[in-house]
This record gives sequence, structure tokens and C-alpha cells, in this order.
Amino acid sequence: MTRLWRIFLVASLLLGGAACTRKRELASTLKPTGFGAALVESSGGKQTGAIGTLLPQPLVVQVNDEQGAPVAGALVQFSGPAGVTFDPPNALTDSSGQLSTNVALASMAGRYQLTARTSTKSQKIVELKLEEIALGYQEQFGFQLNNKYCAGCHDPESTPQRVSNYENLEVKPHPFTEGDAFNKMSDDDLIAIISHGGPALKRSGLMPPYGYTLSKNEIEALVSYVRLVSDPPYAPGTVYTRK
Amino acid sequence: MGCGDSRHSDRSPHGLGRNVGRATGERISALVKRKASLVLDHDVVFDGSGNPNYSRGAFPWSGLGLGLALEEFLSAQRIPAWLRRNVLASPIHHFGWASLLLLIALAVAPTKDFFNEWRHYQRKYRKFISTRTDSTTLQHHFPGGIQQIWLPELSVVDRCTTCHVAVTEKSLQGAASGPEPFRTHPQVAHNVKDWGCVICHRGQGPATEVAEAHNATRAWEEPILPARYLEASCGQCHRAPLTGTPKLNLGRDLLGRYGCVHCHTIKLPDGSAVRPADDPPSLSHIADKTTREWIYAWLKNPYAYAVTTTMPDFKLTDSDARDISAFLIANSTPVAGNTLLLTPATTTKDLKEPDPTAGASLYGESFCASCHSVQNAAGNVVGGDVGPELTRVGNKAKPEWLRAWLRNPRLYNPETAMPHYRFSDTQVSLLTAYLGSKTDSDLLANVHLDAATPEQVANGKLLITTYGCASCHEIRGIKKPDNFAPELTRVGSKPLTEIVFLPGMKRSTPDYIATKIRQPRAFGPGLKMPQYTLAPAQIEALTIALLSFTERAHNLPMALTVPANSPSNYQPAGKAGELIADLACFSCHAINGRGGEMAPDLSWEGTAVQRSWLQAFLKNPGTLRPALIRRMPKFNLSDSEITQLTDYLMTVYQTPAFDRDSLSSSGYPPALVEQGKQLFYSKYDCQACHIIDTKADKGYIGPTLTQVGSRLNAAWIYHWLKNPQALQPGTSEPNRNMNDEDARALTAFLMTQRGSSKPEKKH
Repeated sequence: MTRLWRIFLVASLLLGGAACTRKRELASTLKPTGFGAALVESSGGKQTGAIGTLLPQPLVVQVNDEQGAPVAGALVQFSGPAGVTFDPPNALTDSSGQLSTNVALASMAGRYQLTARTSTKSQKIVELKLEEIALGYQEQFGFQLNNKYCAGCHDPESTPQRVSNYENLEVKPHPFTEGDAFNKMSDDDLIAIISHGGPALKRSGLMPPYGYTLSKNEIEALVSYVRLVSDPPYAPGTVYTRK
Repeated sequence: MGCGDSRHSDRSPHGLGRNVGRATGERISALVKRKASLVLDHDVVFDGSGNPNYSRGAFPWSGLGLGLALEEFLSAQRIPAWLRRNVLASPIHHFGWASLLLLIALAVAPTKDFFNEWRHYQRKYRKFISTRTDSTTLQHHFPGGIQQIWLPELSVVDRCTTCHVAVTEKSLQGAASGPEPFRTHPQVAHNVKDWGCVICHRGQGPATEVAEAHNATRAWEEPILPARYLEASCGQCHRAPLTGTPKLNLGRDLLGRYGCVHCHTIKLPDGSAVRPADDPPSLSHIADKTTREWIYAWLKNPYAYAVTTTMPDFKLTDSDARDISAFLIANSTPVAGNTLLLTPATTTKDLKEPDPTAGASLYGESFCASCHSVQNAAGNVVGGDVGPELTRVGNKAKPEWLRAWLRNPRLYNPETAMPHYRFSDTQVSLLTAYLGSKTDSDLLANVHLDAATPEQVANGKLLITTYGCASCHEIRGIKKPDNFAPELTRVGSKPLTEIVFLPGMKRSTPDYIATKIRQPRAFGPGLKMPQYTLAPAQIEALTIALLSFTERAHNLPMALTVPANSPSNYQPAGKAGELIADLACFSCHAINGRGGEMAPDLSWEGTAVQRSWLQAFLKNPGTLRPALIRRMPKFNLSDSEITQLTDYLMTVYQTPAFDRDSLSSSGYPPALVEQGKQLFYSKYDCQACHIIDTKADKGYIGPTLTQVGSRLNAAWIYHWLKNPQALQPGTSEPNRNMNDEDARALTAFLMTQRGSSKPEKKH
């Protein structure tokens, strides 16, 4: 065989080798020093964030042993649908048994199912499923309007910037996460109650009309936000999971 | 390739040997990415990872290798001779073979066309819609072939809709949406047909191949903008904040707040420049205010003193910090006219037996926390961000300076945002003692500086010039440098070829900008940009704001841009104007387009409120909204000052829309008042947000209305009820589209709400 032939062969080998080394580098080199029996969420589930962006709070999970005591040094790996990134994607739990990761959801609006995994001493995999919500442009717009016009009454939680009026109302408004209440209503119903107030659907007049304040576009954005955050989800089967 | 999950191997081909040829490696990685695009079906668009795809137009290394190898193989087998003998025996054979070759060559073009990527996607789309019940309608909407949006005035030629066929297909929205690339575009303010795709998403509009349209190539460097940075595109035209772009708004805010534009010039398409929104203190009189030890510790680590500071860390060595502090102290001059106030506490009466809690109460009563923050024991920063954090102010401020400052801050800094509280000497002493006790014993524990030598002072001056300190701070004897750092006017479309990337970094402009903000000194030795402490969300917001400064923003027709409100330098006149400046009203209130957003806009205050109420409020500000933390402080104004201010506000700040005195303040018939009450409680359910009867009503959204009849003018109430947004744009009170009769009755009812004689002490 000639020299050219050999060059060609060597080149193909190099090429294949180089492509495969990238893969090998990615395999985690972390050695767990502890093994738990259960994985629980500490905080950071059910958050909403703009598409492709870091969620406002990190996702914190905790590894516990059989007795429920935290386990330090356990390896936890996070995974999610394509496009979701974790920083770090895998790490060892700290002395309080916890691990915190920053999550950025992918670039489609919707609900994302994330998974955290750790292995027990006997190499059994323990999984924890978490759900986060990514707001697209329209939902994000609705979220901003919600903060300004709706959350004061519809969100029972108070923050230092905003004291909730929820408890003060005779007829309690539905928090927007109440899917059982909202999923029964059609888009037209929601648009009607926002535009013309509670009496439009024979509900409390404490809900004022916003049809003269907000544009059609803004009201539709609000509806899209309400639809996305409702729990159980408004449109079943739209949760993004790992393939 | 046999490497399993190919998505992981598409990072970069840097690991390849030189003899393989870069182009081959990149062509293969492009192939891998093409496969990945089918996996990333949740993406708005296929994120090309920003890796430039240089395969196009480069020398076809792999083809050449194959050709040479084939040639070698053929010659080794002596095939040409065999061919000559058997196949090309006669001219007829020649003609036959030549015709065949010609046919094949002719067939290449249609075959290539047939196997085009866009045809593949259009076939897939036809298959997808054929399964749906409304397939006939969808089929009718889908013309097939290459689609193009051509907008000559925007220089847009977008063929994206050739593959993204269902972008405007309303019936495929939401849950009905197909897989990418057939998703419907989410509803946004702009119509795709009027604006095209690349203005917002970037990428190469005229391309009809996936890799060419989305990735960076040698000929076209603009890849698709990842969804997380998409708000940057809105900022190309919209200069004013938009409700739909919270991240862009935050980023622009940070550009001003962190003073980036002190060093980096950013010119806007209209010729103006981005202006800083911070107010770095002058260092010309710094020795009055603090010690050299504090300056040293501060320069070494600003965050150790105040976690909220916008002063970055210059990563100075010990000797650099020593020399700069030496120069600043040596260069400082006393403030003229301030010397009298700088005397230490003289009267012992002031400091005798001070109640230890009295200082803290005075701090609370004066609502210092509306502007200043303090870190509490749990590590949370509580308070406003208009003024500096005061957690460790006792380490910094000399007591005599603090006394002078609290007496009248405008003597030390005439431009300060701090109001001139008219504190009594006792109050000044109490507050000085309270603030002086806010120290951290660790901060200056290890700072021991010997007396400065002239060499150190000279070197300090040199360092200050090197690091461009005078770009932000006024320093006596040092000129503010022009264009100290690179201009960022078009940074959003900085060509990839002009960027030096770190090894292992994604080759994209957004990633470069974000990394540069995160680790400014990582890009090479001798870089001067300091280290900021920013949260990931802040870095992302800043990156978005910077990405909005593109070449395209400068080339778009000016008529399309939506300008921001031009900053106003409104200045009230006369004695009242001086008083408004002295009290720094603009730090919280806006008037005629100038001022802060913390407190209500006062542009039409004279029409809104009654004179007697305003006078009483300035004397002793109560609260209208018990739920708010930030309040109007009591400035201890004299009666003549109050009269002066009231006269000015009542006379000058009036709306031209209607006459303040067009409706009477009293004398409404009881029947009308009763009708108004009915409307208030039953038709309009105002009690959801407002309180009239403190026992029964609980609405905490809007202001309390128990005394509204002695606070507001009847005409203001009437016009407010008719259209709140007309009087205060952006107010969250909904417009109820009230008829004249209802508005009149409600006004009558509200005007009878004059409250109890003594103000409420409920908070």
C-alpha cells in the first residue's frame, strides 16, 4: 500500500478518536463519599422564570438516609428536557446534606419536568421529580401585568414590597395557581371577567373591570399567564420531560 | 461515528490534529449539529451554539483525500489500461459514455434541489397536517416552495418561513402546536409579516439551509440570538422601558447604576449618549470625611465594607492601595466654609446621658431607611438603595464630619441626593452617636499604615491615572480622562473575528459579553477593568442591555425608533425652588419629568390637594397608605418655609385640563351623598381596595379615604373617577368608565369623608 493510503487511514482514526474523547471527558469524575436513601426538595420547585433564563432562586435538594438524617458527600445529578441547563449539573452534597444548582429552562414556554438522581449504597437510583414553569414572551408580559394589577388581591403571599390584600376581602379571590377553579373557565370567560369585572360571570363585584384600563393584547397576555401557572395544568400533556 | 450521544461532541474541534485539517473537523461537527437540531425540538430556534461554521468556501480537504486515495487505488490496480481496452474501444463507445456522463451531470442539479433541506421540512409539514381534522384549511394556507418576506426599507430578506411554515398559522397555536420547525410564533406586539424574523432573532435571513441560516459562517457572522437574550432586540428600537422586557429594563438600569458609561461611551442612534445614573462622591475633600486606613481597606475590598456598593474591586496589591490612599489624603483640601461645622461635639449637654435607643428611634422616625440600607444579623440587606449602605458607617465617617453632614449635607456636597433635615443639635448628636456605633471591629483591625512618603504619594497619583479613577470620581488636580475604556456603541454586533475568546468558551458575542462582565481580567494580563460583584441575573440583564446596541439599531429608519422620554432638567424658580433643592425633593418625587419614582408625582399636586391639608402634611407627614414601608420624612420645616412651599405647589403645579375650583367642596344634598355611598359599596365595590369606615372596610391596595374630603379637591376626585390614567399615567386604579351622574354622586360622598379631628395612629 502507498503512503497516501496510510495518511488517509491515520487521519480517519485521529478524527474518530478526537470526537470520542469529548464524550469521555464529560463523564463525572466526582467520587461520592456518602450514600443516602431518599432525595427531597428543600426549595426552588414550582418556580416561574422567563424562557432560557436562570430561575430566580436556585434549586436546592437534600439527600437523607433511612432515618431522615442529612447525608453529606452524596452525588446528585440533575437532568431535564433538552435545552435545560444546570450549574452545576452534578455535585456532592454539602455538610447539611444539601446541594444547590442554578437552573435555566429551555426556550419554549411551558412546564418542565426536571429530575434529580442520587444512588444508594447498593447502587440503586433514587429519583426526585420537580416541575418548573418557563414563561414565554406573552406569559412574561402577563406576569408583569399580574404583578401590577392582580397580585395585590390574588396572591395571598405578602412581600416587603407588596402587602397582600387577600385576607381582607370578604369574598376570597382565587390564586392563579388554582387550576381547579380556572381550568373550568373558557378563555372567553376569563377575558370577560377581566374586562367587565366579577358581575359579568355572576361573581363578586370586588373584582373590578379592567376593560377600560388594559388593552385587548394585555388581557390576552394575562389569560396566557393564568393558563400556564395553573395547577393542575390547563392543557394536560404539555409538560416537557426528558426524552 | 459510534460515539453514542452525539450532542455532547459538538462543542469544538480544537482537539483535532493539524494534519487532519480544520475544515474537515468543522464540517463533521456541523453534520453532528444538524443531527442535534432534530433533538432540540423544544427550542424556539435551533441554537447553533455560536460555533462559526467555516466549512463553506474552504478547501475541500476530505474530498481531496478521498480523490487522491481513489486515484491511488485505481493506478495500483492498473484500471485505466483496462478501461481503455474494454470500455472506450471505439468512437461510438466514446459517444455513449460521454452522453451518459452528461446526463448524470445534468441530473445533479434537480437531484440536489429535490433533496434540499427545506423540501424535506415542507414534506414533513404536509405529513403533519394531513393527520389533522382541519388539514384542508391548513393545506390551503400553505403555498409550498421558497417563502420570502422582503422589506426593503428595513433591509430584510427573510426566507425563514420556508421551513418555519406555520409561524403565522393561528389554528396551530398553543397546545395544537406541531414539532419544531412548525411551531406557531407566540403572540407578540409585532406582526411577523411586517417585521420579518432576523430583526429580532438575528441569523441569516436569505439562507435556505439550517446551518447557514442559524450559525455563524465566515461570510456571515451573525448567528441566531439565544432566547434568553431576545429582549435585546426590542431595545434596538424601543429606548423607553417596556412592560414586556423586564430584563432589558433592568440591564439598562444597571448600566446607569453601576456607572459603566463613565468609562465606556455608548452613543445612541439619535446622537445622544447613555448617561450614568450613579453619583460617585468627589474625593477632593476626602480627608474631612474619613481616614487613610479606611480608604486602604475600602480599596482592597469594597464589599467587606458594604455588600451593596457599586464600587468595583480593582484587585490592587497592598502597596498600590497604600500609595493611592497616601495620595488621596495628601491631595485632599478642607471644604471651604465647612470648617466651623467640623468642630468636634462641643457642648457636653448634647452627649450627656443619651438614651441608647433614642438614636435608633430617630433614625426610624426620620425614615432614613427609605433611602439607606443596613445589613441585619441574618445577613439580609434591609432598606432603600438611593443612599449608601450604612452597616459599618462608624468605621468610615469621622464623627465631626458626620455631625456637619447631618446638620447640612449640602455644604460638603451641593449636589447630594440627601435632603437637608433641619435637625436640632441634640438630634444631630443622637444620630451621630447612633451611626458612629455601626462598626465592624474586623474591618480595620489589620490595617497598619506608616506615614506616607513623597514617593508613595507620587506613585499613588500615577496609579490613579492608570486605573482611571477620575473617570468616575472628581479628584483635585486630575482631569477626567476621555474614552478611558473601549466605546460600546455597537458592541451588540461586534464581529466574532475581533473577539479573543478564552479556551473552552462558546464562540458567541453574548457569551463573550457575559464572561467579560463576570471575569473582566480573565482575558489577558494587564487588563484594567475592575471586578464587579453581580448576581447571575444581573449579568444576564447587563448582557441583554449591551446586546441591544447593534449596528442595525443605527441603520434602521429613525421613524421606527420609539425614543425614551428625554431627561428633563426642570428647575423650580425662586425661593421655593431653592427650598425644593435643599430638601432634595427630586430624590423621591418627580415633577414635570424630572425626579425619582419612590414617591408620587407632584406635577399637578396643586390641583389635587387642598391647601390646608398640604400645610399640615408638610408640618407633620402622616401616611396615606399604611401598607407602605417607605414614607415621607419629617424635615422639621419652619412655618415660613412651609408657607413658601405650599404657596408654590398650590399655584404652579396645576393641570391645564380642568379648573381646580370648578366643583364645590361642600354643600352636597344628603340624597346625593347617600346615592354616592350606595355606589361606593354596591355598584363599584370600592371597599375592595379602599377604606372609608376603619371598622368595616379592609382594603389596603389604594390609599385610605377616611379623610379624603379634607385632602383632595372635589374637581380632582370627579376627574380622577372619570379617568384615573389621564391624571396619573400608569396608576393601577382601573378606569371604571363611570358616567357623569355616578361620578358626581361618588364625589359628593367622598367629599363628606373628613375623618376624625386627630389623625389616625393606626400604623
